[in-house]
Amino acid sequence: MNQKISMSRPSVGEAGRTGDWRSSRPVMRAELCLAAKAGKVTCQLCWLYCPDACITQGMPPEIELEYCKGCGICAEECPAHAIEMVPERAHGVCEMPGGAAR
Amino acid sequence: MTCVTELPTTEHLLSGNRACAGCGIGIGLRAITKALDGRMVLVNPASCLTVLGGMYPLASLDIPWINVAFPSTAAAAAGVRAGLRAMGREGEMTVLAMAGDGGTADIGIQALSGAAERDDDFIYVCYDNEAYMNTGTQRSGSTPHGAKTTTTWTGKRENPKDVLAIMEAHRIGYVASTSAAFPTDVYDKMVTARDRRGLRYLHMNTPCPSGWSFDPKDSVRLGKLAVETGLVVLFEIADGVFRLTGRSAALAKSGKPRTPVAEYLASQGRFRGMSEADVAEVQAWIDERWGRYVARNAGD
Amino acid sequence: MTVHVMTGNDAAATAAKLARVQVVAAYPITPQSPVVENLSKWVEQGELPAEFVAVESEHSALTVCIGASTVGARAFTATSANGLAYMTEQVWWAAGARLPIVMCVANRAMAAPWNVLNDQQDSMSVRDAGWVQLYCRDNQEILDTTVQAFRIAERLNVPVMVCYDGFLLSHTMMPVDVPDAEVADAFLPPRTAPLQVVDVNNPRNVGPVTLADPRADADGTLQPGYMEFRAMHHGALLEALEVVPDVDRAWETATGRGWGGLVCEYLLDDAEIVLVAAGSLVTQLTLVAEALRAEGVRAGVLGIRCYRPFPVAALRERLAGRALALVFDKALSYGYQGPIAEDLKAALYAAPDAPAVYGAICGLGGRDVSPGQLAAATRAALGDLAAGVTDRAPVWINLAEGSMR
Repeated sequence: MNQKISMSRPSVGEAGRTGDWRSSRPVMRAELCLAAKAGKVTCQLCWLYCPDACITQGMPPEIELEYCKGCGICAEECPAHAIEMVPERAHGVCEMPGGAAR
Repeated sequence: MTCVTELPTTEHLLSGNRACAGCGIGIGLRAITKALDGRMVLVNPASCLTVLGGMYPLASLDIPWINVAFPSTAAAAAGVRAGLRAMGREGEMTVLAMAGDGGTADIGIQALSGAAERDDDFIYVCYDNEAYMNTGTQRSGSTPHGAKTTTTWTGKRENPKDVLAIMEAHRIGYVASTSAAFPTDVYDKMVTARDRRGLRYLHMNTPCPSGWSFDPKDSVRLGKLAVETGLVVLFEIADGVFRLTGRSAALAKSGKPRTPVAEYLASQGRFRGMSEADVAEVQAWIDERWGRYVARNAGD
Repeated sequence: MTVHVMTGNDAAATAAKLARVQVVAAYPITPQSPVVENLSKWVEQGELPAEFVAVESEHSALTVCIGASTVGARAFTATSANGLAYMTEQVWWAAGARLPIVMCVANRAMAAPWNVLNDQQDSMSVRDAGWVQLYCRDNQEILDTTVQAFRIAERLNVPVMVCYDGFLLSHTMMPVDVPDAEVADAFLPPRTAPLQVVDVNNPRNVGPVTLADPRADADGTLQPGYMEFRAMHHGALLEALEVVPDVDRAWETATGRGWGGLVCEYLLDDAEIVLVAAGSLVTQLTLVAEALRAEGVRAGVLGIRCYRPFPVAALRERLAGRALALVFDKALSYGYQGPIAEDLKAALYAAPDAPAVYGAICGLGGRDVSPGQLAAATRAALGDLAAGVTDRAPVWINLAEGSMR
């Protein structure tokens, strides 16, 4: 404990692995994604609207599941319906960092 | 208007933060911080944004941030600006004050009015989620007519305070209305604000899944719908010249009827049980205001 | 060094100018207003290169200082009474954020009912907020203490409140030696980097939500919880017990004037009866002590210059072996007693050789208090002491008969 005043440093995952909050996960179907189909970085609305900066631009954009809270905005706003919200139970397990399952 | 793929890809809001799933603040804040390229100091009072910012010793944004007392946002930003200028550091960063609607329309309005009258040199963003969401959805001066909150159990009887008109009445150089559901609109207005001096005020409608009682997936959809109805109008007033922007400008130009507000109201739990008379009253309020905005529109 | 005849408010403003304050926030309230009027004039005339922010309230006045001080500027404001009460939220914030702001308080009675005259209820009411509180006896001490306050504040990273009696000092002209700017500059160098980091290349979140318990940072190192930060703040206030006298001695070396550090004394050496107070009342009590000595009463005066932190050791040491400490408070904790009397009793509890402590309430809302009345109150106290009274309720001086019902 070396701090004299309360002053934070930036860190991802301040609230922990917020992916654990999720009840459904977004699953990208590249074959429907406009950017993937066009072969160039176009559209990217899922990236634009993600409140948690969990999506990286791409063809298709990549979704970071460790912190994705599963709000479903990306799926709702995707003009090509390329993202599907799949209940976590359908996956059977939630992956833990390092490969452990629970 | 900047298109999506032209926006900077650098993120200043970090994943794994404490905001609720689907919170509109994160969407808007990403656009805001991109417009300032992170060269900013955020002055923030008690609000949902404080929660998003994280608890000591970890922070969820990689920008300088100063927490301040609830009523004090605009005065604190004025002080930060004065301090930076006194230190010869004014070129280092834009001072951005960002508070919720309660912190702006209610407890913070005195300090904001003072800063506006002095034309202090900073940007003030009110993210308007239309109630005291951080303390559990109590009504604010910005809560719309009919909305149920934990202090208006049968629905608020009054229309929201028009903070944009209040700010315009201070004759500051730039006043803008935007929505977190339109991040490129937020971005463009922030860029405009960034390149001006004096007090610049942005009012950002910010959907709140928990406080408005809707599925988090609908944050953007409902934010857009609010604009389709004319309940939220995208505009800017630069040096006194009023201009509708983006989707609101297109709506006005098309001359087509706006979506009835009843559809918007029916989409959220907070408006459940509103009487037809109340819905009609809200519709009339929107129509009257929309008419005034369109009449003032000096844009194309 | 030049001698000017000036009011206490002028002395406070002159000190802020000597300290080369960088940001001044101002909101008018009687009897403080001339402090910021002076500073406003000097900034407008280019005599003082500072940012002057004419805010819309006292809450914003201290807020502007908080914002400016957070990014490293030397910030100053002044207030009184209801103004201080209105900014109370920020009084706590400035201290908790560990900002070295200096604020002058021209002490005035709290409303309701309205009263613009002097007592010390206003600043006494925020004694627990974590500021160093210094009380001044005359206008020279106001100037000297206000310059000292910046050095104390910046050394400890705590704000300092310089208190002086409204009208009695704030509006009374006295000769004041104004040190040359070079002397003040040598005594008070520019502020060093603040504890707060506001840097786009090293972003930090200053003053976030802080949990009750320590929490690990990203490296896994445990960082303080709220209570640890409060303990550090308390530690800084206790350190002021060393720093306040050190700074006063350094000022004495620079200017030839010292003010006693934590406490001041007059005719104390052989005194059996010690008259205790803070502020201009201390000056008045020196006349009372002289008058009582002429009657054969061995009276002395002990003035509280530093009220927070409360100088427990200095008071115990100076009061050991005396027969009576009679405390004159210009404030009251309603339903209890005067704050200085209350604190002094606590400080002397279980101290060896401690005197009896009696309290007296005087001067509320500017009620006149003359040396004659103070002497009479002292004689009455001596009578109680001779009658074997060890403790008693505070007496009210110059109060209309039958008011306490």
